Amino acid sequence: MSTVARKKSVIWDYLTTVDHKKIAILYLIAGGFFFLVGGLEALFIRIQLAKPNNDFLVGGLYNQVLTMHGTTMIFLAAMPLIFAMMNAVVPIQIGARDVAFPFLNALGFWLFFFGGVFLNCSWFLGGAPDAGWTSYASLSLESPGHGIDFYVLGLQISGFGTLMGGINFLVTIINMRAPGMTYMRMPMFTWASFVTSALILFAFPPLTVGLVFMMMDRLFGGNFFHPAQGGNTIIWEHLFWIFGHPEVYILVLPAFGIFSEIFATFSKKRLFGYSSMVFATVLIGFLGFMVWAHHMFTTGMGPIANAIFAVATMAIAVPTGIKIFNWLFTMWGGNIRFTTPMLYAVAFIPSFVMGGVTGVMNAAAAADYQYHDSYFVVAHFHYVIVGGVVFALLAGVHYWWPKMFGKMLNEALGKTTFWLFLIGFHLTFFIQHFLGLMGMPRRVFTYLPGQGFETGNLISTVGAFFMAAATIILLVNVIITTAKGKKAEADAWGVGRTLEWAVASPPPEYNFAQTPLVRGLDALWIEKMEGKKGLTPAEPLGDIHMPNSSILPFVISLGLFIAAFGFMYHNQHSWGLFVGIGGLLITLGSMFLRSVIDDHGFHIHKEEIMEAEKGVKA
Amino acid sequence: MKKWLLNWRLFSLFSVMALLLAGCGKPFLSTLQPAGEVADMQYSLMLLSTAIMVLVIVVVTIIFVYVVIRFRQRKGEEKKIPKQVEGSHTLEIIWTVIPIILLLILAVPTVSATFKLSDVKPMNKEKRDKHTVVVNVRANLYWWEFEYPDYGIITSQELVVPTNERVYFNLKASDVKHSFWIPAVGGKMDTNTDNKNQFWLEFDQKAADKAGGIFYGKCAELCGPSHALMDFKVKPLPRKEFDQWVEKMKNAKPVVTDSVAKEGEAIFNKSCIGCHAVTPVDKRPEQARTAPNLANFGDRTRIAGILEHNEENLKKWLKDPNSVKPGNKMAGTYGNLTDDQINALTKYLMSLKVE
Ligand code: HEC
Ligand SMILES: [Cu+2]
Repeated sequence: MSTVARKKSVIWDYLTTVDHKKIAILYLIAGGFFFLVGGLEALFIRIQLAKPNNDFLVGGLYNQVLTMHGTTMIFLAAMPLIFAMMNAVVPIQIGARDVAFPFLNALGFWLFFFGGVFLNCSWFLGGAPDAGWTSYASLSLESPGHGIDFYVLGLQISGFGTLMGGINFLVTIINMRAPGMTYMRMPMFTWASFVTSALILFAFPPLTVGLVFMMMDRLFGGNFFHPAQGGNTIIWEHLFWIFGHPEVYILVLPAFGIFSEIFATFSKKRLFGYSSMVFATVLIGFLGFMVWAHHMFTTGMGPIANAIFAVATMAIAVPTGIKIFNWLFTMWGGNIRFTTPMLYAVAFIPSFVMGGVTGVMNAAAAADYQYHDSYFVVAHFHYVIVGGVVFALLAGVHYWWPKMFGKMLNEALGKTTFWLFLIGFHLTFFIQHFLGLMGMPRRVFTYLPGQGFETGNLISTVGAFFMAAATIILLVNVIITTAKGKKAEADAWGVGRTLEWAVASPPPEYNFAQTPLVRGLDALWIEKMEGKKGLTPAEPLGDIHMPNSSILPFVISLGLFIAAFGFMYHNQHSWGLFVGIGGLLITLGSMFLRSVIDDHGFHIHKEEIMEAEKGVKA
Repeated sequence: MKKWLLNWRLFSLFSVMALLLAGCGKPFLSTLQPAGEVADMQYSLMLLSTAIMVLVIVVVTIIFVYVVIRFRQRKGEEKKIPKQVEGSHTLEIIWTVIPIILLLILAVPTVSATFKLSDVKPMNKEKRDKHTVVVNVRANLYWWEFEYPDYGIITSQELVVPTNERVYFNLKASDVKHSFWIPAVGGKMDTNTDNKNQFWLEFDQKAADKAGGIFYGKCAELCGPSHALMDFKVKPLPRKEFDQWVEKMKNAKPVVTDSVAKEGEAIFNKSCIGCHAVTPVDKRPEQARTAPNLANFGDRTRIAGILEHNEENLKKWLKDPNSVKPGNKMAGTYGNLTDDQINALTKYLMSLKVE
C-alpha cells in the first residue's frame, strides 16, 4: 500500500495528503503566497500615501486594497504560516507520529485555502470588500456590490478550517505525547501552540456568529444590525473584538514560542524560568479574553466599562514583561551564536518591547481617545504584529527550514534579508507614531498638504520598499537553496535541544521509528549531554500504523467554495440557489462517504523501517 | 536625598520629552500642542505613560546590549557548554512586582481622567443653565452638521464655539458610523447610528490665537470612499463674540442685490433647496436635512470641508463633486448645469453671509 502511494504524482500526493509534515508545507506555500499578495497591497498603500493629494489609488479602490491588506495578512498569511510551523514541529516535538486527526488536519487546510481563494476572487468579480478588516456593521451593510459578501462567506469557510486546526492541536497535545513527556516537559513552542489552540477554540465561534449575522443581513434580509428594525451595530463591534483581541494572542503566543526555542538553542542554555514562562503564556491567554473592549474606548461605553477594560489591559503587560526578562536571562551567561534565526530573535526584543509599551499607552483609556483610529495605533499594532509575529515567522522559517526540507537556507542571504527587513520595518512604522500624534487619522487614502504629514509619510514609504527588497532576497534564497542547498543533518544547527532535531531532516513519514522515552525538558539535549547519539526508545521496533491519504478533504472544501458563490448570487440570479444547494450537496455527500467507507489505514512494516533508518544513521 | 534625585531625574526627563514632542506637528492639529482642558489632561497622561515606558525601554536596552555583547560566542568557544540555569525566584519576583507598581502609577490617573472626561451632568440637567453651550453634532457621509438646540440655529462644516469654557456635545451619525475628532482640543468620540454619545471639550483662547483662530477637525472612523476628506473646521470665539454670532445667525436671511446672484438664487431655489437650507433656522426634521446648511457659506474657510474657499473651487465643486470627493451624496442629484448657471450660483452662494 505504501509503495503504491509513493508512485502517484507529486501534485496528487499533496492534494490527498494527511501527513502533518506535508500539510505544513502546504500551509507554508499558501500562507507565503498570500503574504506576498498582502505585501503587494501594503506597497500600493504606501505608494499612494507617499505624497499629499496623490492619485495612484483613490477613494473606494484604496479602501478595497486597505481592507484586503489587513484581512489577507491576518487570516490568510499570519494564521496559516503559524499553522505551518505548528504542523511542521509540534507533533515531532512531543514525540508523536502525526496529529490526532490527520484527516481533519487536511480538511482544515483545504477549508482555509478555499476560503482565501474565494475572498480573493472578489478582485475579479466586481470589487473586493472595502469596510476595513474590522468591517464595522453600519459601513459594511451600506457597502454596495458583493465585496462584503466575499468577506463574510470567505472568512466563514476559512474560519471553519482554523477552528478544526485548533481543536486538532488541542487533542494532539493532550493525547499524543510520548511517554515521559509530561506537561511541564513540553517545549515552549508546544506550550504556546497548546494555549493558542485553546484560544482559537473560544475566539473563533464569536467571529462566526458575527459573520452569520452579517450574512443574514446582507443576503437573506435579516435585521441584526439595522437599528431602525431593532438591530444594533455595536453588537458587531463586540463580537468582532471578542474574537479580534484574542486573535492577536493567537498569533503572538506561537511567535513567543518560536523565539523561546531559538533563544535557548543558540544561547546553548536551558530556557530561563521555564515554569514562569508557561505560567505567563497561560495567563496571557486567559487575560486576552478580558480586554476586547479596549478597541472600543471611543464607542461610548461609559467611564466604568472603559476604566475596567483599561486596567485589565494594563495587567497583560506583567506576564509579557516576565517573558521579555526571561529571554534576556536565557541569553545571560550563554554562548550566543548569531545565526539568522537568532538575529531575528535578538531584534525582536527591542522591536516588540516598543509595541508592548505603546500597547500600555493605548490602554490608558482617557489618552486613547487621542490615539484611537490614528496612525499611532497603526504604528502600535504593526510593531506588535510585524515586530513580533512576522519576525517570528521569518525566524521560524529559517530555523526549521532544514527540518522541513532537508536543506540549509543560505546564511549570508538570510542575514541580508534580516538587515533589510529590520531597517525597513523601523523606517516604516516608527515615524507613524508621530504622524498619529500629529493628528493623522488611520485608513485615509490621502491627506492635504500643509498639515505636517509630508515628511513622515515619505519616510514610511521608503521603509516599505526596504521590506519588499528583503522579501525578494528571501525568495531568491529559497530558490537557490532548493536548487543546490547544503544538505541538513538531523541536528541541523548542531545545538538542537528538542525532539524534532533527533529525527532525520526531513523526517520520515512515520517521524519516529520507535516512540522515544522523554526524560526531561529538552529531551534531546539531555541525551546528548550524557554522550548518547540517539533517543531512548520507549517501545520495541514494530510495524507502524499509518492513515490513508484521501481526496475528500479537498472535495468537501470545494463544495463549500461552490456553495458560497451560489448563495452570494441567489438574490440576482435564479441559478444561485441551485448552485448553492449543489455545492452543499457535494460537501455533505463527501462527508457521508467519509462516514460510511471503512478506512483502516495501512502499515509500514518493520523491515521497511529498518531499511530506511539504516540510510539515516550511516 | 535619593528621592530628591529621582524626582529631579523624572522632572528633567519630562521636560526633555515635552520639548521634543512639542516640536511635532501644527498647533491647529497636533495632539502634542494641547489647546484645551481635555487635550491637556490627555497630554499629561501621554507624558506620564511615555516616561514610564521610556524607563522600561531603557532598562531592557541596557540589559539587552550588555547580554548581546558580553555573551556572544567568541573564537575558540564553539564547543563551550554554558551552565544550564533553571531560573531565579528573586529575579522573577523583581520583574513581576516592579511592573505592577509602574502600572499602578499609570492606572490611577488613567481611571480618574476617564471619569472626569465623561462628566456631562451640566448638559443633562432638568433645567439647563443659560450659559451652558450644547451642540448637537450629526455626522453624515461626508459632511458635518452642528445644531445649537438652545438657540434654534444650525450650521455645517464649521463649528463655532466659545472659548475658555466647557462646551458639551451630543454626537450621532445619520448614515454610517463616523468619529468626531479635533486633535488639538481633545480626543475623539464616535458618532454611532444606534445611540447618542455625549462628551465635552474646552477650547483655550490663547492656544486658538496661536493656531491662527482655526482648529482642524477630522472624521476618525472609516466611513467610505471619501473618509479621508471628511474634514471640518472649528472657529473658537471669545464668549462675547460668540454671543454676537449667535444673534446674527438667529436673524440671518439671504440678502441678494446683485442681478447675477439673483439669477443664481432662482436656480438654487429650483434645483438645490430640496436638500440645502439657506437660513440657520431650519425647522425641518433632521431626516429631511440631507445636505449642509449654507446660510453662512460665504463666511467659511473651506468648500466641502477641504477645498480652499474661492470662486474657482466652488465652480469646480458644482461642476463635478465626484472629482473632489468620490462617492459624495450630492453628485448626480441636480442635473447638468451650464457654465452660466454655475457662475450665477457661485455669485449667489458667495453672498450668503452672516458676518
Ligand atoms: C441630494 C441633495 C443635494 C442636492 C440636490 C444638492 N446638494 Fe449640494 N450638497 C449635498 C451634500 C450631501 C453635500 C455635502 C457633500 C460632501 O461634503 O460630501 C453638499 C455640499 C454642497 C456644497 C458645499 C457645502 C460646504 O459647506 O462646503 C455646496 C456649495 C453645495 N452643495 C451646493 C449645491 C448647489 C448649488 C446645488 C444645486 C445646484 C446643490 N448643492 C444640490 C447635497 C445636495
Ligand atoms: Cu466619516
